[in-house]
Amino acid sequence: MTPMSMIENSRQQTLFRLLLILLLSALAAGLSYVVLSLPAQDPGLSEQVTAKLVHSGVSNPVTAVLQNFRGYDTLLEMGVLLLALVGVWSLGGVPQQRKSPPSDPVLDMLPRLLVPLLILVAGYLLWIGAYAPGGAFQAGAVLAAAGVLLLLADWRPDARASRLPLRIALVTGLGIFVAVGMVLILLGRRLLEYPPSFAGSLILLIEVAASLSIGITLAALFLGGRPEVEPRR
Amino acid sequence: MSHVFLYALVGVGLFTLGLYALIVHPHLLRKILAINVMGSGVFLVLVALAARTGRALPDPVPHAMVITGIVVAISATALALALMLRVQTETGQAELADERIE
Repeated sequence: MTPMSMIENSRQQTLFRLLLILLLSALAAGLSYVVLSLPAQDPGLSEQVTAKLVHSGVSNPVTAVLQNFRGYDTLLEMGVLLLALVGVWSLGGVPQQRKSPPSDPVLDMLPRLLVPLLILVAGYLLWIGAYAPGGAFQAGAVLAAAGVLLLLADWRPDARASRLPLRIALVTGLGIFVAVGMVLILLGRRLLEYPPSFAGSLILLIEVAASLSIGITLAALFLGGRPEVEPRR
Repeated sequence: MSHVFLYALVGVGLFTLGLYALIVHPHLLRKILAINVMGSGVFLVLVALAARTGRALPDPVPHAMVITGIVVAISATALALALMLRVQTETGQAELADERIE
């Protein structure tokens, strides 16, 4: 490439960036105009949610929306999570080392101390979600953090656990969600239309399964591939 | 109530910055990060606008949508990173062929 054409090229790039900044400024101005033209006070759907909250089985409005009023959003989202993992796994496997505890004493002790604590915190977040901020996703995220910590500290699941048990744990959340929905349809209700007297227990059942599956799915996504178990000799 | 709109405008700004980075940077990791910044901007707009109820509690529906959105964003990011690593092993570069500056 001659020096002349390089100068030409960089000038073209500068022009391109200036044009881009101009267009994006116009976009930002338009979006800001739309945001600012919204009314300063708008209850949205909060009044409808508050009115029906007693029938939802939980008293935290966000959990009520997530698990009851718009339960199908959460159902589909569990599907998206699983689909992403299937996509990652289809790209290839990660060779699995034979299970061995890490040699570094700090790496060995830290997960031993922290993982039980993280599981406790996840259980607390799951339980508190019924009437305060918390819930299945927060609990699942903390469980995933425990899993990532274990993976970073060189702990790997036992070869026996990374075949069928892992797959069962991954689909439990979506499976129980779909099963509850189907049973409700067979009982003459609509998909995920919980009877108000059982709503609290059904939501808890779904959330326990969902947070377990979310945690394990996220940790498996962090691993970055299907765990491949080498054949026993 | 003006701070609600301040947060929403910051969200718009994040979205635009992310879009700029998405277009300008050819490296795929930067593109994935840019999409995440754009998503954070959208979440910030949603959460900020949910506070316009005029009561102590914000509108729970956008909050629930943001929680769902975060999980979807994480899934998409993980899949995108795995695809990026695959592109890297196949071609030796973490950039797409049509974006490489000759």
